[in-house]
Parts: sequence; C-alpha cells; structure tokens
Amino acid sequence: MSTLVIVEHDNQRLHPHTRALLGAASRLAGEVDVLVIGHSCSTVAEEAATLEGVTRVRWVDAVHYSDLLAENLAMVVAQMAAAYRHVLLPATAFGKNLAPRVAAMLDVAQVSDIVGIQDAEHFVRPIYAGSLLETVRSREPVGVMTVRCSAFMPVGQSANAAPIVPFSAGPDMGVVRLLQRVRIDATHPQLANARVVVAGGRGLGSAEAFHRLLDPLAACFGAAIAATRAAVDSNYVGNDCQVGQTGKIVAPDIYIAVGISGAAQHIAGIRGAKLVVAINKDPEAPLIRLADLALVGDLHEVVPQLTEMLQR
Amino acid sequence: MKVLVSIKRVVDYQLQVRPTADGLAVDTAGLKMSMNPFDEIAVEEAVRMREAGIADEAVVVACGSAACQDVLRTALAMGIDRAVLIVAETPLQPLAVARLLKVLALREAPDLILMGKQAIDDDAAQTPQMLAAMLGWPQATFASKIEVTGMQANVAREVDAGIEIVQVSLPAVISADLRLNTPRFASLPNVMKARRAVIEQIPAEGTGVDLAPRLETLSVAEIPTRPQGVRLASVKVLAERLQQAWRALQ
Ligand SMILES: Cc1cc2nc3c(=O)[nH]c(=O)nc-3n(C[C@H](O)[C@H](O)[C@H](O)COP(=O)(O)OP(=O)(O)OC[C@H]3O[C@@H](n4cnc5c(N)ncnc54)[C@H](O)[C@@H]3O)c2cc1C
Repeated sequence: MSTLVIVEHDNQRLHPHTRALLGAASRLAGEVDVLVIGHSCSTVAEEAATLEGVTRVRWVDAVHYSDLLAENLAMVVAQMAAAYRHVLLPATAFGKNLAPRVAAMLDVAQVSDIVGIQDAEHFVRPIYAGSLLETVRSREPVGVMTVRCSAFMPVGQSANAAPIVPFSAGPDMGVVRLLQRVRIDATHPQLANARVVVAGGRGLGSAEAFHRLLDPLAACFGAAIAATRAAVDSNYVGNDCQVGQTGKIVAPDIYIAVGISGAAQHIAGIRGAKLVVAINKDPEAPLIRLADLALVGDLHEVVPQLTEMLQR
Repeated sequence: MKVLVSIKRVVDYQLQVRPTADGLAVDTAGLKMSMNPFDEIAVEEAVRMREAGIADEAVVVACGSAACQDVLRTALAMGIDRAVLIVAETPLQPLAVARLLKVLALREAPDLILMGKQAIDDDAAQTPQMLAAMLGWPQATFASKIEVTGMQANVAREVDAGIEIVQVSLPAVISADLRLNTPRFASLPNVMKARRAVIEQIPAEGTGVDLAPRLETLSVAEIPTRPQGVRLASVKVLAERLQQAWRALQ
C-alpha cells in the first residue's frame, strides 16, 4: 500500500495547500511518495523533500512540462501511478484538469473533491453544491482522487529530508501550447489560504464602490478579497476572486460577506468558514440567516463606519 | 467543421435536494429536471459557432434514460441540428459516459467536442478530461472564451490564478465555464419544431461498453447545520465582535 501525491507548483515553489494535501495522504496507510513534475523545478523537489511524512520525492524535469499542461503530465503520471494504491491531487484547477485524464488512462473511476478519508476504500465528498455529503466506496486498484485541501490538517516539517529520485520524462504530445497567463490581482493575499476573507456581491453596485468600500476593510485584517459570480460577471473583480460551486472553496477563520444574497452556489464555497459575517439590507437574505454574525443595513453606510472603527 | 455537444439531465439548479429517508441516496423523485447549466452554455457556444459559419453541423448527445429526450429537444430548440440519445436505464458514472461518448465520437468524427465543465448534481467535473484522454485528444477545460481558426482553437481557461490562454490543435475536447456565454431562451416556434424532431436512439448495451458503476454510494447525508447566528444591533457591536475574533487569531 502506498500513495503518490501529485503536487502543484509554479516551478519555483510548492503551492501552499501542499501541506494539507499531504495531511490527506497521511490518513492512508503506507508510504507517501511525492511527484514533482515541471521544468527547472529542483527547488520545488527540495522543498517537497522536507515535508513531514514524505518517503521519497520523484522528480521529473523537462522543458515540455514547464507550463504544467495536462496532456503531457498525464503521460508520466499514468505510467508512474499504476504502481500505487492511491494517487492524490489537489481539487484545484490544476488537479481537476489532470486527475480525470490520468484516471481514464488507467481505466479507473476517479473520486472528486474528497473531504474525508475513512479507510483505503471509503471517502466522503460533497455533492449538489455541497448541500449533501456522500460516502462512496471505490474498489478500483488505483484510487485516483482530488482532495479539498481545506478539509485536512497540514503536515509539518520533517527532521530529515527525503531522497529525491529523478525519473525520466515522457513524450511531448505537441497538441497544446500555453500562449499567455493573465494574473489578475496579485496584490491581495492568496484567497485559498487567507485567514480572513472580505467578499463582495452584486449589492456593491459597481467596481468603483467594490474597491472603495472593501479594499480598506480588507486592509484592516490583511484579508483576501472574494466575490460572487454576479460580482465577477459585472467585472467588479477578476474570476480568480470567485468563491462557490464554480469558483474557489475557502475555509478562512473569518468570512465577511457584503451585499451577497447567499445563493446555494455561493454558500458551496464557504461552508468551511469558521465565523461568517453578513452585511445585507435584506433581513430575509439567506446569508443573513446563515451567518454567525448578521448586520442588517445599507452597506454604503455600514462598511465605511465599520472600517473606521476597526482602524482605530 | 463539425461540433458534438454532450449534455446531462440533472435536478434543476434552483431546487434544494434531500437524502432519501433511508439515507442511501439522493431523493430526486418528482423534482423538476433540466439541462445541466454548464451544458446549456456548451450548447449555446455550438449554436453560435454554427451561426457564425465556423461550424457546419452541430450534433447534441445525451447518455441516460428515455427521459433525457426533453433536454435534447431543448438543445434542438436552441439551434442544434441533430440529436442522439444513448439509452441506458441504469445510472451512469463519468467513466462509462466518457466511454459511450468515445463510441459516438468515433462514428461522428467531430472536430470539436463541447461539454459543460461539471454537472451540478455529482459535481464531479471529470467526463470531458476522461473523454479527451480516451480519444488521445487535447483538452481545454473551464473555457471562458473560444476562438477557432482553421484546425486550431485558442481557449481562455478560468484557472485559480486568473486566466490562462492555450492553443489546442483540433480535434479537441473543450469544457465550458459559466462566463463563456449567456444561453438564449428558445423561441416558441423553435420549441414546437423541436417537439417533432426525430431523436436517434442508440441502446448503450449494444455498444459493448462496460457500463457498470465503479463507485458505490453508501450513504448520503445532509451537511451539519451551523448553529443559529446572532443579529447585531449596531455597527459598533459588529466592530467589537470582529476585533475580538481577530485578536483570538493572533
Ligand atoms: C451552475 C451555477 C453555478 C454557480 N456558481 C456560482 C459560484 O461559484 N459562486 C457564486 O457566487 N455564484 C454562483 N452562481 C450564481 C448564484 O446562483 C447567484 O446568482 C449569485 O451568487 C448571486 O450573487 P450576489 O449575491 O452577488 O447577487 P444577488 O443575489 O443579486 O444579491 C445581492 C445582495 O445584495 C444586497 N444588497 C443590495 N444593495 C445593498 C445595499 N445597499 N446594502 C446592503 N445590501 C445590499 C441584496 O439585498 C442582495 O441580497 C452559480 C449559478 C449557477 C446556475
């Protein structure tokens, strides 16, 4: 029994959720190998080797992996994965893109977005926008799964670095090419790992008001900015800020929702939040009812007052 | 160019679902069913390609029970040329659906397969990538913009950090995200016309594909409810409570 963990990175550093991904792997019996695949990514392999619970780091480095395109990655991952009992990937755009391709190449079913591991065959996952939790049994010889990292305890540092074992690269499929990466808002802390998140909805009314009201509020906590689909569709902020069924899943300590009605598809992304605060003028808004702390009022008055009090 | 769109019939996105009384499954009895919203966007994109002269034929397929004919007719009413139903009366999981779609793709030889990026019932987000793997085609998932030129497509993908623009060679599988387009409402005459359209039916059993579910659902439960929250009387109280919570984190 052993587990292969496919880690996400940018060829320089591991994604911050990697510790929690390894936390999920630690719930499964046996050795845990990490696969670092990319280009000029030796520092990533070294970083992975220092994480708790890692038996060895398998490192594949080639120029056609630089953009982490699933078509090329899947060839290597599928080849390597066949020798493992479980293969874990993060349930992010990266992992969701890659995992099913790997599973199909291995001719096994994939389990998406697991939030609980009971044993080698039993997993818990949200369905219907997170309104229900399903326990599934997979008896596939290789269990390929994406992990909702916020649901697992991160591992710590290891005293001794694990060995790094290079592995030969697979072919370049040459069917896809990255043309451009548009990073939308790098000034705020990373949404997926932020301890405090300030989120805005259509109630803000304009991009101008969104930033004028929410940026200073977020600054009080060094908080990340999030938004609803409606706010992203209206171009208040970029798509990287969208939280929900189709966006990011967040689990901050504090989630402050401003001018957000609380549609099921949005709530899907914030169920892991510890303290949910809602500011909405509609006392019947679903999020006002769900919130731990609710304030009914006009956000144009409430938010500036709140920010001023917090700044003091 | 020929486009194949695959759609799924799911519980309407506006409805709340519950577990069955025995807690073994999702209770969908009597609930309104609709086309998966992401698939509707895929259909709209195919129709637009057809209207723009980029595609000369758009075919829609659903895998499932005879009831799926309603969503296929919706797709026809939106402007799709032809519909195929791969009939299976037992529930299908993503791997089986991808296999069935592969069979149809080999017969139809489309240049592009458009699908929704995930179904809002199982939220699996697997079938497009599985199908691409089985066909050995490139995949562009979570698409918010598609530009086809010749035998290539430039696709803007919604990824965690923002947008990634990739160029895939065709044939390819592209999965639609919400911002790709806003689906149209079919006009009444088109809805009427679609009612009379002939839908080709292919029995799934006859395809030789292994349809057996690989994952077994053992239980379905409602998520634990949050404890009742409090309504605060003033901004001042909110500021105090937030400061407390914030200090507790330090
Ligand atoms: C398949 C599918 C997937 C989806 N995925 C997502 C997703 O991932 N994330 C997501 O967020 N949505 C998603 N949606 C959309 C979701 O259904 C809702 O439409 C959306 O979340 C609503 O956003 P909102 O709360 O900003 O807007 P609205 O619902 O319009 O709410 C605006 C709120 O602002 C309040 N308000 C207005 N003015 C003021 C004021 N002056 N002061 C105080 N309050 C005010 C109003 O009372 C209202 O409650 C999805 C939908 C579908 C169909």
